[in-house]
Amino acid sequence: MTAVMGTPMLRKEDGKLLTGEGKFVDDIHVPGELWMGMVRSPHAKATITSIDASGALAMPGVQAVHTGPDLADMGLWIAPLPCAWPVTPDMLNPPHFPVASGEVHHVGEIVAVVLADSRYGAADAIDEVVVHYDSLPAAASVAEARDGDVLAHSDLDTNKAYHWPLVPDPDALDAAFAGADVVVAADFVQQRLIPTAMEPRGVLAVPSPHGGDITLYSATQVPHILKVMAAATTGIPENQIRIIAPAVGGGFGAKLNINPDEILALTLANKLGRAVRWTESRSEAAGSTHQGRGQLQHIELAADSNGKLQGVRVHVDADMGAYMMLITPGVPLLGSFLYTGVYDVPAFGFTCDGYFTNMTPTDAYRGAGRPEASYAIERAMDLLALEVGVGPDEIRRRNYINGGEAFENHEAASTLVFDSGHYGPSLDRALEMADYEGLRAEQSRRREAGDKVQLGIGMCTYVEICGLAPSRALGGLGYGAGGWEHATVRMLPTGKVEVVSGSTPHGQGHETAWSQIIADKMGVSPHDVTVLHSDTAMSPLGLDTYGSRSLAVGGVAIAMAADKVVEKARLIAAHQFEAAPEDVQFENGSFSVAGSPSSSVHIQELGFAAFAAHDLPDGIEPNLQEQVSFDPPNFAFPFGTHVAVVEVDEDTGGVKLTGYFAVDDCGNQVNPLIVEGQVHGGIVQGAAQALFEEAAYDDEGNITNPSLMDYLVPSTMEMPSMKLDSTTTPSTTNPLGVKGVGEAGTIGSAAAVINAVCDALSPHGISDLEMPASPQRVWNAINRASGNGEGGAS
Amino acid sequence: MIPAPVEYTRAGSAEEAISLLTEHGDEAKLLAGGHSLLPMMKLRLATPAQLIDVGRLDELRYINADNGEVAIGALTRHTELEHSDVLADACPLLKHVASLVGDPSVRHRGTLGGTLAHADPASDLPAAVLALGGTLVAQGPNGRREIAATDFFASYFESVLAADELLVEVRVPSGGGGWNYQKFNRRAQDWAIVGVAVADGGKGIALVNMGATPLRATAVEAALAGGASAAEAAAVAAEGTSPVEDGNADATYRKHLARVLTERALNAAG
Ligand SMILES: Cc1cc2nc3c(=O)[nH]c(=O)nc-3n(C[C@H](O)[C@H](O)[C@H](O)COP(=O)(O)OP(=O)(O)OC[C@H]3O[C@@H](n4cnc5c(N)ncnc54)[C@H](O)[C@@H]3O)c2cc1C
Repeated sequence: MTAVMGTPMLRKEDGKLLTGEGKFVDDIHVPGELWMGMVRSPHAKATITSIDASGALAMPGVQAVHTGPDLADMGLWIAPLPCAWPVTPDMLNPPHFPVASGEVHHVGEIVAVVLADSRYGAADAIDEVVVHYDSLPAAASVAEARDGDVLAHSDLDTNKAYHWPLVPDPDALDAAFAGADVVVAADFVQQRLIPTAMEPRGVLAVPSPHGGDITLYSATQVPHILKVMAAATTGIPENQIRIIAPAVGGGFGAKLNINPDEILALTLANKLGRAVRWTESRSEAAGSTHQGRGQLQHIELAADSNGKLQGVRVHVDADMGAYMMLITPGVPLLGSFLYTGVYDVPAFGFTCDGYFTNMTPTDAYRGAGRPEASYAIERAMDLLALEVGVGPDEIRRRNYINGGEAFENHEAASTLVFDSGHYGPSLDRALEMADYEGLRAEQSRRREAGDKVQLGIGMCTYVEICGLAPSRALGGLGYGAGGWEHATVRMLPTGKVEVVSGSTPHGQGHETAWSQIIADKMGVSPHDVTVLHSDTAMSPLGLDTYGSRSLAVGGVAIAMAADKVVEKARLIAAHQFEAAPEDVQFENGSFSVAGSPSSSVHIQELGFAAFAAHDLPDGIEPNLQEQVSFDPPNFAFPFGTHVAVVEVDEDTGGVKLTGYFAVDDCGNQVNPLIVEGQVHGGIVQGAAQALFEEAAYDDEGNITNPSLMDYLVPSTMEMPSMKLDSTTTPSTTNPLGVKGVGEAGTIGSAAAVINAVCDALSPHGISDLEMPASPQRVWNAINRASGNGEGGAS
Repeated sequence: MIPAPVEYTRAGSAEEAISLLTEHGDEAKLLAGGHSLLPMMKLRLATPAQLIDVGRLDELRYINADNGEVAIGALTRHTELEHSDVLADACPLLKHVASLVGDPSVRHRGTLGGTLAHADPASDLPAAVLALGGTLVAQGPNGRREIAATDFFASYFESVLAADELLVEVRVPSGGGGWNYQKFNRRAQDWAIVGVAVADGGKGIALVNMGATPLRATAVEAALAGGASAAEAAAVAAEGTSPVEDGNADATYRKHLARVLTERALNAAG
């Protein structure tokens, strides 16, 4: 049998999803269910002076309207919504309850919840709940929060939530800058982004008033974490809570949280003995689901006259939004270790201040901290190249770890150990695919001709940290849980295989990839494998899917459990052959005795023997089932080089992405088709940050573009056909040699695209542009550069 | 996302639609393709008490060329304009502009009458009809009347149609000189940040999203008539405009775009 791992097998789950057989939360209904309708604050900061629900309560079908104080009196929870990552012991963490009492802190914060017989009834009733507010000045940007004149929370005397330093050797860092020939300093803005999963969030809580247990269906990435946190927040015993994440249509981190609606549905259903549900609308999501990014970055590079890096110093002011959600404060830390990028940097220092603002809370969004880091270092490297007078490819080559040659276990100045890397070939290959020389020639031609449409070429060699995470490392960073993953593999009596996965797919294709791993490990057809997941009753142990961890942690656990099943089966086979186990070989699913290959037994035939248990070796338990909790010894560090090509229309400021070339290295690939899909989507999300997307807030803290009409998620029409390739540098962190690829595309692409735009505009002396590089911004920049007063502020 | 309560009636004929309009007055809204009205209802920006669905009045779906004119039924879908052989010969500008509206699903629902009656200054087809010097035919309780496109648009989302009138037909001249349409946006399916329609070799020029209504670029038309070059004429394209400011563009930039796009459109129209 030929290997199944490494082949582009079509995804097993797609038939179901594409034909509508997949059941999402909103597809699941139970009799007697009530709809929640959220009355949300229209103010970024205000005191609630009164709430009159009488009009709503008089409407047919409206069962109840609860305010924050009501709910507190009802005793529905024993703790505020959780933040699992107190990054410093003295971090400020104002209590965040599902429904506000007294003061509201962002537009969209829930001030009352309506319970009605129908979704339409709930929506009508929302309009009839009269809330009076005394509006207060709001901290409507992180810069304003840092200035501190306006407090995001009236009962805190500062907006600064924490200060977190990572400066392993301050003296070395100072010396590096003191001795540098060249210092480049730059400031970048990571605008807020709205994670836009295809499926909005939704919940359905179904109690069994007589049985005492309760099931919560949620469009979540983290059913296991939700279960623990729901118990800790509500006081409902953990053993009575079952969480099911049915088909989930994307998450990108936005479904990695413990949300007010989840806790409300759970507790209200439990209290009333009736099912309670809610589905967010797209515009509501801007206030009801966390946002991503939101950082002001300052980066300084110290280098010698050849552009060889001596030190990197970074400070980040991070926008927490109104509250600390599950991992809000930790997101910048996930990036902190990556501000030296793929480079050999002797000295490094990073500091971060987290600030509360009166905007929707931020939290993980595809890449979580790492796209920000990669953007800063890769933009700054282009500035260094300009300063030193070499090309962007050359400045990178001069600084790659180990001169661009292959390496293992590189200890970076940030103190992390990079498992493996080989950066030179990824740049070589990307430039070759892009026809870099040809592009530069075309660029010169257009410049000389004074063409109104100029060409820009940008590159980025990124590295990322994934496979979250070694539990000890997480503990060291103050994170509240571990980073292991659990898997169970069982052979059924008829020879079919069931895999119970603790990782929780929401579009990634785990059912296919896990089947491929089993196929290779056990010598069975991938179609004989079923993957069970996303239901805490079926898969009680797990830490879910985020941080590109599913394969590098969960997939490895599955492979290890499969190995254990094979080992147990070997004992049974040896018993049947009346041979010593060490003389029994296993190949393509069949056991045979070395030297007499004619008599063999397939592992699938042993399923029944193990089940019937009529004739097992002494001391061997019935059934073929093994489980593994794998805790990785280190992170995995995928990398790659992306090259973006843009055309900039200097008359309109319009930017068109005309070419995209990416060479990614995620170690050994289980399914290249899935890898490609992840890279494609990731690139689009990064390009979206570079050119299109921004959650725009006005001075009062109102989001001005909450609908998809104004929040510009790009489509295939805005993207060129992407050309992809890969190199393979196996990870040393796990036995499969795999890394992770869920976030890589996003981590590489924003910098590549902006580098390309700046490259196109460099004849104007423009070296930086804020994201998104909208036509108006580009046009303004050209105007300003040419001393033309016409362009307004960008 | 969830519209306010509303009653729904499907009209079986234009006459029935008009009598329902008369009966319900201001409370009622006609529903054609629904691709402007329904999004506004879902956001509760529009809360009509009564919908009168005219979407299935197939007698108002036609494209006929006759006597130097093309007559188009108000319920004709954008996609039918986009794929019309009649328009390919008689009025390629309209066919081309229709192909740039939104995306395929929008074009399969949206109607020519709907986009005109909706009177969004950011819409494409109204500007094309304006540049072409079209005539709109409205039917009310007292019969039909003709309204010149130049008189049709009153303000943001406001036309001169009376509450009891149904737009039934649009007429544009066939033939004519060179034409072009420039639509500048950030994503393919979006409305224009600014657009410029040139009809009949520059005798009719209309601007998208440069004011409260689609606008005739009269200064440009006059300059061209006076012998100005495309570049010279385009330089006055923003005269008399007062464009909106939004997340995509401020007024200065919109005026700049109007000049750039007008020059491009004139050069391409020849
Ligand atoms: C995602 C999306 C993208 C879009 N992109 C574009 C774009 O790029 N460019 C563009 O121009 N448009 C765009 N549109 C709008 C689209 O063209 C609409 O379909 C069109 O503007 C309205 O036509 P309708 O038939 O859908 O009208 P409806 O929504 O049914 O009605 C609109 C208004 O006109 C009235 N009305 C409708 N028909 C008549 C009639 N015969 N007589 C009197 N009143 C009538 C209605 O009462 C209502 O007030 C987009 C729409 C969407 C949803």
